[in-house]
Amino acid sequence: MARHKSGGDRLIRLSLLLVALSAISVLAIITIFIFEQGLPIMAKYGLKNFLLGQDWFPSEQSFGLLPMIVGSLLVTLGALVIGVPLGLASAIFLTEFSNRRLSGFLKPVIELLAGIPSVVYGFLGLMFLVPFIRKNFGGPGLSVLAASIILGIMILPTIISIAIDAIRAVPDSYREGSIALGATRWQTVRMVVLPAARSGLVAGIILGMGRAIGETMAVIMVAGNAADLPGSLLAPVRTLTSNIALEMAYASGEHRQALFATGVILFVIIMILNFLANLAARKQFRK
Amino acid sequence: MKDRAIQVVKFSHYYGQQPSLKNLNLDIYRKEILSIIGPARSGKSTFLTCLNRLVDLVPASRVEGKIFIDGQDIYQPEVEVAALRRQLGMVFATPVPLPMSIYDNLVFGPKLQGQTNRQELDHLVEDCLEKAGLWAEVKDRLKTSALKLSGGQQQRLCLARVLALKPEYILLDEPTSGLDPISTMKIEDTLRLLKDEYTIILVTNNTKQAARVAERTAFFLMGELVEVNDTEIVFTRPADKRTESYIEGKFG
Amino acid sequence: MKEKFRLQPRAEQKIVQVFLYFLTSVAVLVLFFILAVILKNGLPQLSLEFLTKNPAHMGREGGIFSTVVATIYLTFIALLVATPLGVGTAIYLTEYTFEGTVTRIIRFGAECLAGIPSIIFGLFGFILFVNKLKFGWSILSGGLTLAFMVLPTIIRTSEEAIKSVPAAYRLVSYSLGSTRWQTVTKVVLPSAAPGIVTGVILSIGRSIGETAAVIFTAGSALHLPSSIFSSARTMSVHFYILAREGISMPKAYGTAAVLVIAILLINIITYYLMGKYIGRSSRS
Repeated sequence: MARHKSGGDRLIRLSLLLVALSAISVLAIITIFIFEQGLPIMAKYGLKNFLLGQDWFPSEQSFGLLPMIVGSLLVTLGALVIGVPLGLASAIFLTEFSNRRLSGFLKPVIELLAGIPSVVYGFLGLMFLVPFIRKNFGGPGLSVLAASIILGIMILPTIISIAIDAIRAVPDSYREGSIALGATRWQTVRMVVLPAARSGLVAGIILGMGRAIGETMAVIMVAGNAADLPGSLLAPVRTLTSNIALEMAYASGEHRQALFATGVILFVIIMILNFLANLAARKQFRK
Repeated sequence: MKDRAIQVVKFSHYYGQQPSLKNLNLDIYRKEILSIIGPARSGKSTFLTCLNRLVDLVPASRVEGKIFIDGQDIYQPEVEVAALRRQLGMVFATPVPLPMSIYDNLVFGPKLQGQTNRQELDHLVEDCLEKAGLWAEVKDRLKTSALKLSGGQQQRLCLARVLALKPEYILLDEPTSGLDPISTMKIEDTLRLLKDEYTIILVTNNTKQAARVAERTAFFLMGELVEVNDTEIVFTRPADKRTESYIEGKFG
Repeated sequence: MKEKFRLQPRAEQKIVQVFLYFLTSVAVLVLFFILAVILKNGLPQLSLEFLTKNPAHMGREGGIFSTVVATIYLTFIALLVATPLGVGTAIYLTEYTFEGTVTRIIRFGAECLAGIPSIIFGLFGFILFVNKLKFGWSILSGGLTLAFMVLPTIIRTSEEAIKSVPAAYRLVSYSLGSTRWQTVTKVVLPSAAPGIVTGVILSIGRSIGETAAVIFTAGSALHLPSSIFSSARTMSVHFYILAREGISMPKAYGTAAVLVIAILLINIITYYLMGKYIGRSSRS
């Protein structure tokens, strides 16, 4: 028999390893670029001024990002207030209180809707939701409220889909055990199923949250984009993502750097969320 | 006659810290059928995968000692594993036809070696299927999916696929454990025919099968080789009490 | 007394059930409403002309042909780059190494990358491809940026698909004397192909719908792109500009309808393939 170790396999393995490092390399490069562009100016004007400054006048070297940080957190929170109850309720209803046929039909349909581009959500918000808010609640219509609702709807399919998977992953024996003890369906869901699916549900919510805080174009279309701390739910608001997208086209010099600094802050917030999502997801598997 | 084809010397295998084969010493002679019997998890199958180094694919797997095949220490770095595996063709417990046609299953091995001559391949396919006793049943549908064959046919296909490698050794890992008695009989008939040309190592949990086809039988227990001898002796006058109990069905 | 205790949970259940039913209906109706509005206003705009004529007067007149072409170019480049990288990564993770620190690092990288918002990809692509590498606003810059964005999706779906190939196939292949690479190309990849294709199609959908990452890297030129160094406007970007700048609502609806129909079709194909060939767990 031919007993020569071929070098070919080793070469292939090495090439594949290099390819496999592409994802982590891209992550590293992105991180380096964003931080390299954004950190110097943060150092120059002080982190505090960026995080806590309330005035965004890039032409006057005033780079307060607090309104945008608050704006991002506010609309994300608003999106969750809208998306989570609707999403979880739908998931619970479709898995525990409806027949298989209905959920078998609706789940794929809802997942298909997850693919609708976010700009489409923003556009419809602009056409229907903004005028509606202006007419019925006052204000310009372009507002925290509008952005929250649009983002809330946008993250619905994500939350519903993941929540359904998490609930379905709870073994039937849990339910049977509970019902055998005389619990009603709802008691079973509340006391057995939801606690068992908890970390999966949390992971879904955090993923939805990540989508909401990272969304750009849909928010720009409905939020009004004023770089001020919003005084009410009906006031316009600007998020971190919008701040970048709105001014990137014409920004230069320190102004552009400040937009990268905005990216750095957004990046850090997202990484924290990512970390939490992973933690929650891992807990689910350990059970 | 007593040409030692495989020599296993002080050979041990570990999964992590757990030993699965302990200090084996065993000679396998050319063109014999050696059967290996023993209860589940006694290391029989692991032993086979150590012979063709399929065990390399298992994470945290480690070997000690030596195995010589035709005088070559197979755990030396210069050994080309693919060539080694072609020489020791293996049939698994469950029949695993690859998801392709009957024909393509058979020529899979030869094609890997760059054999492309259509006529030669056709001949090879017919020859191997004939030997495995499957030719008559499938000759009109060689291009259909191998997954459509019955379990017994699939296992004979797997045997034929191994023969197409032109190996010198055939390793069989409980090849009839999932088959009906008739298919089992057909496989055993084939093995008896093949032993003139090949050295065959048959792992089986069916002691009667060992008695029917093997010239020598080895008894494994908890990773140890308890005894090995002519099949007749092992079955009638075993040297070790444990062998006797196993054969009489007291455990395993 | 006893009767009451038994009735109470039942009553509670009824109330909850009605409440859940109501919330579910709201969610489902809102989602369907979005689809219905786009199709109702967009479908009447659609015609062969709309699809085959270039936009004129900033998009006020004419069709969307050049944006369709730009979208196809960009998506093509993105997948041309991301597919080999993603599938290669998946092959390495599943076939060429055991689970360990390296695989953990690679998976961590892919997971983090999946969580980065598209605007950050846009920023990055703008600095690296448009500025530093001097590709300018171009199909190439946009395509490469999108490639990085969809890379995690392709890695994950390919990995799922490859993992779902029965381990016995690999054992058999190795036992018949194949090298690792032969096992991968002759046994694993053919069996995993439908699942891998699913991931690629899913990525096509994401590329088509993306706006933020594209607008700063591919630009928004309306003419028909002549090379990969031309600036170009994709359908999504075109739709965004039409709508946000109020150029033409009918054209915006028409573009949206084309976008939505294209993506729905793609997702339906994906869903079908996914159900057929790989497990449920790999969906995003």
